[in-house]
Amino acid sequence: MPAAMQPAISIHRLVKRYDTGHVALHGIDLEIRPGEIFALLGPNGAGKSTLINIVCGIVTPTEGRVLAGGRDVVREYRAARALIGLVPQELATDNYESVWATVKFSRGLYGRSPNPRFLESLLDALSLADKRDARIMTLSGGMKRRVMIAKALAHEPQILFLDEPTAGVDVELRRDMWALVRRLRDQGVTIVLTTHYIEEAEQMADRIGVIDRGSLIVVEDKRALIDQLGERQLRLVLRRPLAAIPAGLADLGLQLRDRGDELVFTYDATRTIDVSALLRRLTELSIEISDMQTRQSSLEEIFVKLVGRRS
Amino acid sequence: MSAPLPRPAPFMPPRFNRHGVYAIYRFELARAVRTLIQSLVTPVITTSLYFIVFGSAIGARMQSVGGVPYGAFIVPGLMMLTLFTESIANASFGIFYPKFTGTIFELLSAPISPLETVLGYVGAAATKSVAIGAIILGTSSLFVPIHILHPVAMVALLLLTATAFSLFGFIVGIWAKGWEQIQIIPALIMTPLTFLGGAFYSIDMLPRPWRTLSLFNPVVYLINAFRWSFYGATDVGIGTSIAFTLGFLAACAAAVAWIFRTGYRLKN
Ligand SMILES: Nc1ncnc2c1ncn2[C@@H]1O[C@H](COP(=O)(O)OP(=O)(O)O)[C@@H](O)[C@H]1O
Ligand SMILES: [Mg+2]
Repeated sequence: MPAAMQPAISIHRLVKRYDTGHVALHGIDLEIRPGEIFALLGPNGAGKSTLINIVCGIVTPTEGRVLAGGRDVVREYRAARALIGLVPQELATDNYESVWATVKFSRGLYGRSPNPRFLESLLDALSLADKRDARIMTLSGGMKRRVMIAKALAHEPQILFLDEPTAGVDVELRRDMWALVRRLRDQGVTIVLTTHYIEEAEQMADRIGVIDRGSLIVVEDKRALIDQLGERQLRLVLRRPLAAIPAGLADLGLQLRDRGDELVFTYDATRTIDVSALLRRLTELSIEISDMQTRQSSLEEIFVKLVGRRS
Repeated sequence: MSAPLPRPAPFMPPRFNRHGVYAIYRFELARAVRTLIQSLVTPVITTSLYFIVFGSAIGARMQSVGGVPYGAFIVPGLMMLTLFTESIANASFGIFYPKFTGTIFELLSAPISPLETVLGYVGAAATKSVAIGAIILGTSSLFVPIHILHPVAMVALLLLTATAFSLFGFIVGIWAKGWEQIQIIPALIMTPLTFLGGAFYSIDMLPRPWRTLSLFNPVVYLINAFRWSFYGATDVGIGTSIAFTLGFLAACAAAVAWIFRTGYRLKN
């Protein structure tokens, strides 16, 4: 397989049963493409962190196999882990260290020879240059998060995992984080992020995997997901309210709303509509339209629908 | 965030992650350097106190032990006592601290083998305690004349003991779930075993049943071997003592190997 086509990460029938007996992952199959931004979207406790932590070597899998760049993360852990950088969900920093010392430590730990110029430009890019010699305990929460990212990037990984990068982060930092992720992608880095914010997945991702209670419900290109699962609605505002849907329109599955002021037609990718034919039939029945709107459901609604369908 | 991001360059990790070992080693020693004053002054003061109390006040009323003046006799025991506690304290703290702060995730996700990890942590802890051992030896020589009969064996035993107890401390640090447990092993086990292990007396000075009981105390053999390297005299056979020290090292190494194989208290 040519290197460019090889998945960045491939996960086969991955099961995790914790010592408590709780099964956090029920046989996950997933491939991450090189160079994409993949969002793992799911409610709290869905198993997102468990999945990421298994790929990164922090949690041991119960069953199944994970490859990073074609290398088994358990048997060939050196080669696999050298490719991966991780920003974990929890902020964990050594408060007594300086920013520079901690970043240098990370690079060394991953087996790379010192490269002060690379680390300096990394701190520059993360707006940490002037905090270089500051002790981590003196930094704000947002700055600490940047330090975590700098540590994760210090060994020049090809694949970056961000576990809930914007949970509890203010709006400004969130925008910064999104910009950073896009810039990393432009540098060829594959990015896997987890989130329970739909907006984040919608804004950031090329592809989205929805995970719920340890199973992947769907993995799809973001657009395709919205197109396939998204409902569209055509709302027709009526000039004169109707008491009931006329018999001549009964076959269309229309709904009458707002005390008869509005006709709503719901359709999706599997059910298309011929708008001009609809309007002609309304005209034939002397129903006059004062306004019309279409809207598409957001990822949020899709998500609620997907998760709701399972419960 | 406007400066351009540097483009990552791929690399193949080497078979032995020497940069990783060095990173851990340096990081651990950096902590000692940050607290340099404490690290140096504490053993100097403690040693001086021992000499004032044991060496001068009590020692003046003691006969020599096996031909060695009492003040000089206690030096190897004092060094061993410090070596045990420092090695355990340094190594257990070194690995417990990242567990406590959560920074352990980085160690677990790095391309570094268990052996390399242990080399870094145990190497740093052993380095620190050997340095403190040397300081105690230096401080002692201000109070009593010291000669070392087998200097090579002395250095070898110093390194061996520091390594064995640093390994033991590493295990304690992994096993510990809280700060109390980090302190309990040195306080509840090591200090009594050392005091009852002939650090400050020859077990031959004990009445019969106590002497026999002492032979079940592993620390007796460690202190004994070390004192032999200074003065040549032994309470128990030197072969037995060295075998015991090596056995302890092997047991700790085996326990560490098991910890990493099973991920005990490191991974879920
Ligand atoms: N160490 C653990 N021991 C037992 N259960 C755990 C452990 N870690 C996580 N879990 C459980 O596994 C499930 C998935 O957790 P997690 O992967 O953290 O979810 P998410 O990151 O999606 O919020 C949850 O029900 C959680 O309670
Ligand atoms: Mg999580």
